[in-house]
Amino acid sequence: MSGHEHDHDHGTGQVPEGADHFPAEVTARLEPDAKEIIGRYPKPRSALLPLLHLVQSEEGYVSRAGMRFCADQLGITLAEVNAVATFYTMYRRRPGGDYQVGVCTNTLCAVMGGDEIFASLKEHLGIGNNETTEDGKVTIEHVECNAACDFAPVVMVNWEFFDNQTPESVRELVDDLRLGKDVAPTRGPLSLCTWKQASRVLAGFDDGRAGEGVQAGKPSLAGLNLAKEKNWRAPEPGDVPAEVEEGEK
Amino acid sequence: MTTLTPILSRNWDRPDSFTLEGYRATGGYGALRKALGMEPDAIVDLVKASGLRGRGGAGFPTGMKWGFLPKDNPNPRYLVVNADESEPGTCKDIPLMLANPHVLVEGVAIASYAIRSHQAFIYVRGEVVHVIRRLRRAVAEAYEAGLLGKDILGSGFDLDVVVHAGAGAYICGEETALLDSLEGYRGQPRLKPPFPAVAGLYASPTVVNNVESIASVPGIVSGGAEWFTSMGTEKSAGFGFFSLSGHVANPGQYEAPLGITLRELLDMAGGIRPGHRLKFWTPGGSSTPIFTEEHLDTPLDFESVGAAGSMLGTRALQIFDETTCVVRAVGRWIAFYAHESCGKCTPCREGNYWMVQVLDRLERGQGTEADLDKLLDICDNLLGRSFCALGDGATSPVMSSIKHFRQEYIDHVEKGCCPFDHSRSTVWADRTATTGGKQ
Repeated sequence: MSGHEHDHDHGTGQVPEGADHFPAEVTARLEPDAKEIIGRYPKPRSALLPLLHLVQSEEGYVSRAGMRFCADQLGITLAEVNAVATFYTMYRRRPGGDYQVGVCTNTLCAVMGGDEIFASLKEHLGIGNNETTEDGKVTIEHVECNAACDFAPVVMVNWEFFDNQTPESVRELVDDLRLGKDVAPTRGPLSLCTWKQASRVLAGFDDGRAGEGVQAGKPSLAGLNLAKEKNWRAPEPGDVPAEVEEGEK
Repeated sequence: MTTLTPILSRNWDRPDSFTLEGYRATGGYGALRKALGMEPDAIVDLVKASGLRGRGGAGFPTGMKWGFLPKDNPNPRYLVVNADESEPGTCKDIPLMLANPHVLVEGVAIASYAIRSHQAFIYVRGEVVHVIRRLRRAVAEAYEAGLLGKDILGSGFDLDVVVHAGAGAYICGEETALLDSLEGYRGQPRLKPPFPAVAGLYASPTVVNNVESIASVPGIVSGGAEWFTSMGTEKSAGFGFFSLSGHVANPGQYEAPLGITLRELLDMAGGIRPGHRLKFWTPGGSSTPIFTEEHLDTPLDFESVGAAGSMLGTRALQIFDETTCVVRAVGRWIAFYAHESCGKCTPCREGNYWMVQVLDRLERGQGTEADLDKLLDICDNLLGRSFCALGDGATSPVMSSIKHFRQEYIDHVEKGCCPFDHSRSTVWADRTATTGGKQ
């Protein structure tokens, strides 16, 4: 098992096996949420991506029953939902851990140490890409660029930023997650929420945590801090005429 | 000497920069009030006069894009903000939305008013949960304060804004794929024409603009076109984020006039990390041909970078020093393009798949010199032969790396292995006391 890579392991293109429908209680509970999501858009079909996040927040992955729920809400077929669910990498095709740990191994992060981090993580946990620890806590995968290159190497847990990581810091991180300790992202809420909770935020339901955490990390402020130190400023609208004349010469 | 011009980032050091209160304390939403007192067409003209060009990579004039909306089409008009920032190396919109989402919301309100749209969408990549929280809260705060919704600031103008989370697909940064995705389909590019201005979201007239483009609009409304053109160059007006990453002493966001050089930026960022020298860099993400030391003084504006054989792109300056294997770097980028190709166009789907195989054996030292010709041949069959620019982008690192570093590819062939020790490239390689990274 260990070290075995499956790069495109989001299942086959087939609709997964399993129950055809959610239990009646789940359907009844999710239907008002689905209606609210659909109501945001001029056309109902636009709600499909958030609806898939919603069913993922229920089961931790997109099951056959979850797809059927989406199809029923929108009046489209199971095959149409499946075609969309299999296209996007954030939808899990099978159950996974409470914490999805993604190590960026796109070029910049890989060169800065992402490859070493991912190799060390696989060895530490004894699992491979897209596999889950036996306690069901942690799923690991390598991810593509997550728009935090100035914080490389970057690790994402449940799509929250863990910046400037090392193999040691990530081993400690997953150990803490498995022990049930509170773990705080570098730029994010004060503690991690679970995969299901994060999926609900993605479906568009606020968890009231937007105000937590820093407004910006150190690299984000690098230019601003230097400008303040050197007293560099953008021109004020009032300063402009002189510069315009210069440009017109 | 060019100096920095913090504008969009000027309030980022306030701990409350992402709140309505924090944004208003630094003048926020003054531009919206001013704009609502202007004729919509006058705002379009102002943005045209400013010379603002799209900050998402392509550099198309923003005001001109707005002006393309047909006057006689009875369908509703839509503004869609492309916040699907996923181009490798590009990391400006995400920190912007985390620290200052209100400048984007204000820009959305002004731009929607200018193009007479009453419904806007912010399509943000799904893999940034906290950014999505911040955006949603900013939108909710703006509604509560009467800055969005019905009769904004008593002007009679109505606007609804929806923050829409994507689900993981680089291709959705391409504007027509984004629209398909927003309609609830697989994100695959559409054949153009018709362009989104004519038949965009739900086949209605639509403007799709990058986050930084829209966030630049409030400043233009407040400061005027001449203020904006007082920065930058004649054809590349204004300012933008230059995102330095990789082997530099102080990576990060540097907001500067277009036309600044990497030499100047490196001076500001403390130079290449100590004891090393610059080997290659991307001016604007992985889809822009790589540059080397000889391009240190190339002005980073659309025209100069183009004339030097690359593209300004998103000003994502990924910096690599002499410890980095260029074959490894390029191979990893192409693995990305192969993974992200939507599969619609054969040259992109198949070409990238085969380039991964060839680059992989080259990196392991099992390739041949003929493989270089094979790569260039594949690029020739890829470039310009697909619906969208994803496939074109993939050819950039391959062709430019063979142009600048052909010998390094041949070294792999001749040595039968990679001549580089990859551990020397890591951030912890030069730390004497290993607090992290000991293998």
